[in-house]
Amino acid sequence: MKKNKAIVCRCEDITEEDVINAIDEGYVDLEELRKKLRIGMGPCQGRVCIQLVTKILEGETGKKVPKKSQPTSRPPIVPVSLGTLASDGK
Amino acid sequence: MKQKSDVVIVGGGVNGCSLAYNLAKHDIDVIVVEKKYLSSGATGTCGAGIRQQWSTMENAQLAFKSVKIFEKLSKELGEDIEFRQGGYLIVVHDKKDMKQAEKNLEMQRSLGIKVDILNSKQINDVVSILDVKGMNAIGATFCPTDGHANPFKTTFAYANAARRYGAEIYTHTTVLDIKLNKNKIIDVKTDKGIIKTNTVVNAAGVWSKEVSSMVGIKLPNKPFRKEIMVTERMKPSFEAMVISFKDGIYFSQQQEGQIVGGIPIPEEKGGFKTLPTFSFIQHMSRTLTRYAPVLKHVNMLRHWTGFYDVTPDSRPILGESTKINGFIECNGFSGHGFMLSPMVSKILCDYIAEGKISEILQDLSLERFKDKKIEHEMNVVG
Repeated sequence: MKKNKAIVCRCEDITEEDVINAIDEGYVDLEELRKKLRIGMGPCQGRVCIQLVTKILEGETGKKVPKKSQPTSRPPIVPVSLGTLASDGK
Repeated sequence: MKQKSDVVIVGGGVNGCSLAYNLAKHDIDVIVVEKKYLSSGATGTCGAGIRQQWSTMENAQLAFKSVKIFEKLSKELGEDIEFRQGGYLIVVHDKKDMKQAEKNLEMQRSLGIKVDILNSKQINDVVSILDVKGMNAIGATFCPTDGHANPFKTTFAYANAARRYGAEIYTHTTVLDIKLNKNKIIDVKTDKGIIKTNTVVNAAGVWSKEVSSMVGIKLPNKPFRKEIMVTERMKPSFEAMVISFKDGIYFSQQQEGQIVGGIPIPEEKGGFKTLPTFSFIQHMSRTLTRYAPVLKHVNMLRHWTGFYDVTPDSRPILGESTKINGFIECNGFSGHGFMLSPMVSKILCDYIAEGKISEILQDLSLERFKDKKIEHEMNVVG
């Protein structure tokens, strides 16, 4: 049994072991894995975790994850306060 | 890929997967074909709300019965779908609003849905961070058994349970054509092979129109881009979903602490557009901080788009075609497909497995659009 507690996603506290367990359960699609574990949805927007998860997924399944199946980047890219966004710029 | 099946469902959203689960549980051979991944369409981009406060009886009934199923669904499927009942607070802004609210309430109560009218002072008892003056509220309606669930986890749980009962689910598989012999279905052609079947369920969301056109049926559905955002996490401070039909806004705080919400932009004209707009960011942040000024210090993290598959009366299209035997519509949810899915799939399963035609199925058939006196659902947000 693999027991690697290295943190892969710092926003959601997801370890390598969590990712491997989800892959073993059948979540072998990067997007499904993301939705199952919430990786890439935190403040870093996947900048830390997505590369690592892609590598783990490729290692476990032996299949290359196509570039086009990388999750979409969502604005505002970096967190911005609602107060700033609501202001009229004056 | 299997080459034969009793039923082929096109679309791996929550409705496709829940129907597959119900059918497989009835020992019916079923295949789901999904062109991307499970929950990749409207299900995976939706606001996750579950509401029973509708203006039309069919929607209220479907939602009421769906909530009864949602309440036991984690246990039934063996996976936590994060269902929580924090209620829906619908803001009432003026006397005209109140009249419609009272009318809706009477119908909702007649079905057994527990709904109350709150005065402006009682609003803060439910959601303390709201600025009653800022949102111009004279009152609200509140249904404590409304709530939300995790759409990804619900879809995956349905799919996993369906597989355990023998259903086959093929993702990244596209339906190319449906072959007919006169008015009977012969097979479904996909990019991975051909599946022989006599029954096809069209649960393809905004792509349903395309699927129906393969058998020569024209659907009146139109795609509308809808935008939604999520903030960083904060200390849990309210459990209800807050919505306003006048301002179009809806927002709630999820269990982990993030606020999820959306609002329509006035210039949106519909169509297959997927890019998020700056107009949304302005509208959303201004309206949200007007409703709850304390939120101006909270950061917006992400903003994305999804589709509403909108019908002329904002009610779903369900049931078998009168032209093509075995072609069953399950689409046009107009922004509330997730919350209705448990009951919708049960009704369609009863029809496919046992031939049972319920009143709702008749009322929501495609045929209703021939009649000019369709009843429009008024309670739509986002």
